[in-house]
Amino acid sequence: MATSETYAAGAASAPKPFITAERVVYLLLFIGLVALPFFSKGFFVFQMTKLLIYAIAIIGLNLLTGINGQFSLGHGAFYAVGAYTTAIMVEMMGVNYMLTLPVAGLICFVFGFLFGLPALRLDGIYLALATFALAIAMPQFLKLSTIEHLTGGVQGVIVFSETFDPEVPFGLPLDPGVWTYLFTLFVGVFLFWLARNIVASRTGRAMMAIRDNPIAARSMGVNIALYKTLAFGLSALFTGVAGALSAIAVKFVAPDSFTFALSIVLLVGLVVGGVGWLPGALIGAAFIVFVPNFAEEISKGLSGAVFGFFLILVIYLAPQGAGGLLRAGVGRVKRLLGGR
Amino acid sequence: MDLFLQQIVSGFATGGIYACMALSVVMIYQAIHHLNFAQGEMATFSTFIAWQLLAWGLPYFAVIPLAIGLSFIGGFIVERVVFKPIENAPVLSHIVIFIALFAIFNSAMGFIWDFSIKPVPSAFGEGPLYEGSLLSKHQTGMISVTMFVLVLLWAFFRFTRVGLAMRAAAANPQSARLVGIRVSFMTALGWGMASAIGAVAGILIAPVVFLEPNMMLSILLYGFAGAVLGGLTSPLGAVIGGFIVGIVENLAGTYIPVVGGELKLPIALFLIVVVLVVKPEGLLGRRVVQRV
Repeated sequence: MATSETYAAGAASAPKPFITAERVVYLLLFIGLVALPFFSKGFFVFQMTKLLIYAIAIIGLNLLTGINGQFSLGHGAFYAVGAYTTAIMVEMMGVNYMLTLPVAGLICFVFGFLFGLPALRLDGIYLALATFALAIAMPQFLKLSTIEHLTGGVQGVIVFSETFDPEVPFGLPLDPGVWTYLFTLFVGVFLFWLARNIVASRTGRAMMAIRDNPIAARSMGVNIALYKTLAFGLSALFTGVAGALSAIAVKFVAPDSFTFALSIVLLVGLVVGGVGWLPGALIGAAFIVFVPNFAEEISKGLSGAVFGFFLILVIYLAPQGAGGLLRAGVGRVKRLLGGR
Repeated sequence: MDLFLQQIVSGFATGGIYACMALSVVMIYQAIHHLNFAQGEMATFSTFIAWQLLAWGLPYFAVIPLAIGLSFIGGFIVERVVFKPIENAPVLSHIVIFIALFAIFNSAMGFIWDFSIKPVPSAFGEGPLYEGSLLSKHQTGMISVTMFVLVLLWAFFRFTRVGLAMRAAAANPQSARLVGIRVSFMTALGWGMASAIGAVAGILIAPVVFLEPNMMLSILLYGFAGAVLGGLTSPLGAVIGGFIVGIVENLAGTYIPVVGGELKLPIALFLIVVVLVVKPEGLLGRRVVQRV
């Protein structure tokens, strides 16, 4: 992988001051994102909600591909499982939507962990093939007639069919759309923090070691099978929670929202944001939410071509995505300022 | 028993489609040791070209060589333009480029020919082969063409200098280069041949499933399943694998109640995962041993 230096450098260093440039940037970003819905219109808030949801899913994919070096063209499938879990629990069982997120995450973790078991024996292109098959087969699973009373078959499930909107807790005087956005933001911040800590932990280092050199990792005593399946499970967990949030935000799930195109979109976001650089998820997600709008203005159905074109461009010109460009830019500024 | 026979025969016929697609998958795999996820979209694009030529009033016997020729050139150019610069890039880059091509071709087809379903006439005529025959004319034609392509490929790799050079380039690029084979040219040639075979597959399939930009997505999956089952290194294996997948799909659809018509794609997923895990080299493939 080309991105091995991304996190490796931060593994062991002298104690840092409490206020770092990085933390200030994150804090400003967070304040900006919290303030955003109070200064913008409803549809834009919905789009930003979608952006955050995609960002969470891309973080999940990044844990698998960027950190552990395994490929997946099938993350749309995990996203679907998460979305359906929430939809079914809210609609059929009357569970509070906030409580469905951990359940969706857990189910996806198990699902991902189980899929990771055969994936252990598959390398590179074969793993891509198996996950490709998973992504294409997923809508047919969801349409299966024996579980139609739960999934609603082709029609799907309308979430919050009685209340129309997710309930705003504590009687806060907020528009449901704004609340959904803030809720997604809080979940996203929590998951981002979690992902960063996983990457910085013993587990994360083991995963990166497997990515960089499996043989060396094994001889250092890293349990390859365990950490590879664990990476699959964790990755599916993140993506599944993103799917669950999408069910809450879109208020509707149907098999044809989770086709192969969704998996492509997630991959595009990952590559554009930067493989192996977690904050890149936000940039990648912004790309996949807003670029289709511009493309559709030129011609309907052209967004695929624009995505494809950008993917090729990124691979040629900036193989580390926006993250790589940003780091290169920051490095240059530092050198200009005379630092080392 | 009659139903069983009927299902086997019609499975054999759909298997012909998958076999054709599997052949083109194997062709690419031979050349670059990658699976081209955009293969299906490229084949559909070729089919659209053929459809357009037919719509312009050209007769079938002129359209087919023209479409195949154009596809060959197209595949060659794609390799030269898109893949040559990243020959030595990591696997992820290749996969991303395949997906990019997938999106571009899919979207371009929708842009040029829109997403409406288009019927394509069969080159072999309509109706059953003879009175009371289980196979239609088109099915018979499809199976014979697949067999013909297979024999052609076998002869090409076995008896021609270029075929030998291609095999050498795939088996051992360094040594092949030392004896004067232009390895990267051979790779491009492999791409050209694969998309030509894809064009054949597309033209054969279109009369059965109707032409539209997403026509090939599920068929490509079956093609992959066939290729993996038969062995990614063996054209004959791919054809046999394709036929087996067709028959299994039909029999499972008839005799396993829930799977029925509903879970046909998951059958392909299941086959791929099981074969890759249990016998990754497939039925007829070579086991690739690497020194570490």
